[in-house]
Amino acid sequence: MANYSTNEFKAGLKIMLDGEPCNIMENEYVKPGKGQAFNRTKIRKLISGKVLEKTFRSGESVEGADVLDTELAYLYTDGEFYHFMNNETFEQIAADEKAVGENIKWLVENDVCTITLWNGTPITVTPPNFVELEITETDPGLKGDTAGTGGKPATLSTGAVVRVPLFVQTGEVIKVDTRSGEYASRAQK
Amino acid sequence: MAACLFNITWLLSAVRQDFVCMNWQPTTDHSQRMARAQLMRSIREFFYQRDVLEVETPLLSRGTVTDLHLSAFTCEFNFDDSGQSLPLYLQTSPEYAMKRLLCAQSGPIYQLCKAFRHESAGRWHNPEFTMLEWYRPGFDHGRLMHEVDELLQETLHTAPADRLAYQQAMQTYAGLDPLTASHTALVDKLPILNINIDNASELSYDSLLQLIFSTVVEPAIGQDKPCFIYSFPASQAALARINTTDPKVADRFEVYFKGAELANGFFELASPHEQRERFKQDNALRSEAGYPQAPVDEHLLSALEAGLPDCAGVALGVDRLLMLKTGASHIRQVLNFGIDRA
Repeated sequence: MANYSTNEFKAGLKIMLDGEPCNIMENEYVKPGKGQAFNRTKIRKLISGKVLEKTFRSGESVEGADVLDTELAYLYTDGEFYHFMNNETFEQIAADEKAVGENIKWLVENDVCTITLWNGTPITVTPPNFVELEITETDPGLKGDTAGTGGKPATLSTGAVVRVPLFVQTGEVIKVDTRSGEYASRAQK
Repeated sequence: MAACLFNITWLLSAVRQDFVCMNWQPTTDHSQRMARAQLMRSIREFFYQRDVLEVETPLLSRGTVTDLHLSAFTCEFNFDDSGQSLPLYLQTSPEYAMKRLLCAQSGPIYQLCKAFRHESAGRWHNPEFTMLEWYRPGFDHGRLMHEVDELLQETLHTAPADRLAYQQAMQTYAGLDPLTASHTALVDKLPILNINIDNASELSYDSLLQLIFSTVVEPAIGQDKPCFIYSFPASQAALARINTTDPKVADRFEVYFKGAELANGFFELASPHEQRERFKQDNALRSEAGYPQAPVDEHLLSALEAGLPDCAGVALGVDRLLMLKTGASHIRQVLNFGIDRA
């Protein structure tokens, strides 16, 4: 993988730090009129998710990280791995539990997810912004109640628990925003 | 296949068109251009009222700055009388040429000009920028700070500025004494100040001070009104005199406002001997760092031999001043065409 000089630094550049692929979130060039130049950066480690601030000497080189985002459809899990497929090439790839992390509860068969690959291996799995899931269990709501009164918890087919309006019932399919984990609407029939 | 080729050609021409269409345009709007014109006018008015003469000096020079952390653009002049091709440097500031005028009894002078620094672009930086530089015979740095403050009050409508000695600023905001702390003490201080940099012990003493100052002190000072920092460590004297009562500090000041380093001024070094020594020391540091030697400006040294009147001088970044005046967050917003569109 190529090395990047600090003057190539910009938001979105992927570099290696402490053996972990990282994303540069912010980069600021700092140069006192009469002094040494530095690049002050904010960096997200892509595996641990940790965010840190780090200063580089300007002109310094840093190893690039071979990180690639791919759009793959979720197929199934064998209990250990989560299998995804490229819908155009039909090539399949397996992500481990660590890569899927908490997003396990938003995986819906055939949904296209963003899989971040580092040296060809999945390190993170990002579900679509909205997924549709069936409610497997929720308290029957009071009749005549409408949205906006605080709602009630509902367990979905993947095990995820979200707050839903009182009028939504077990067996219904709802649309959930995976970024906030909030109920969006009933699914369109 | 033919359709495919057509598509690729179309795509390429679309890309080219995109480049042509987007990048010719200025990154300023009309109100920004008006603000610049107005600012230039009020700067000229300021000096007209004070009987300071506007001058022009060449942007190209045979000699250049020796400072370890300044790099000049070089170009070649192929029509010199000698018949040889002559390397010329674009000025990093008009300081040397303006001092030659002072040595020729010019009296108080100012210049609005372009200066060039061969370094990265950034939020506060463009390699080509506009500088305001002025010199006041008979002033020391204290009196010049007062005049800089007046200029800021007139152009930015700021309240009278704060003044803080470098040592005091570092003690207050970083909890260290920049005049007595050891190199190790500075390195050990970095993690406490949340500064994360590899191999910090390899940085020079002054680089460590600058790193700490820019990370910790700069964001804490000059937020509501400008702040003058004066009496820099003698090792960062640049072209300022060493203070006669405290040789640990130099008669140098800087002005900070809302995170911008706005101006740098000196009670000007006049001794040709000491000036030559500083150039030599700089070039020795350049060798150590593996940088090319900077040809010393012999015209300046000859002028200093003839005699520089006691004077103070300051250089102020006009684009940064304009950013502060218009609330721009990136220098690009006040430049018609930044380096990426030059």
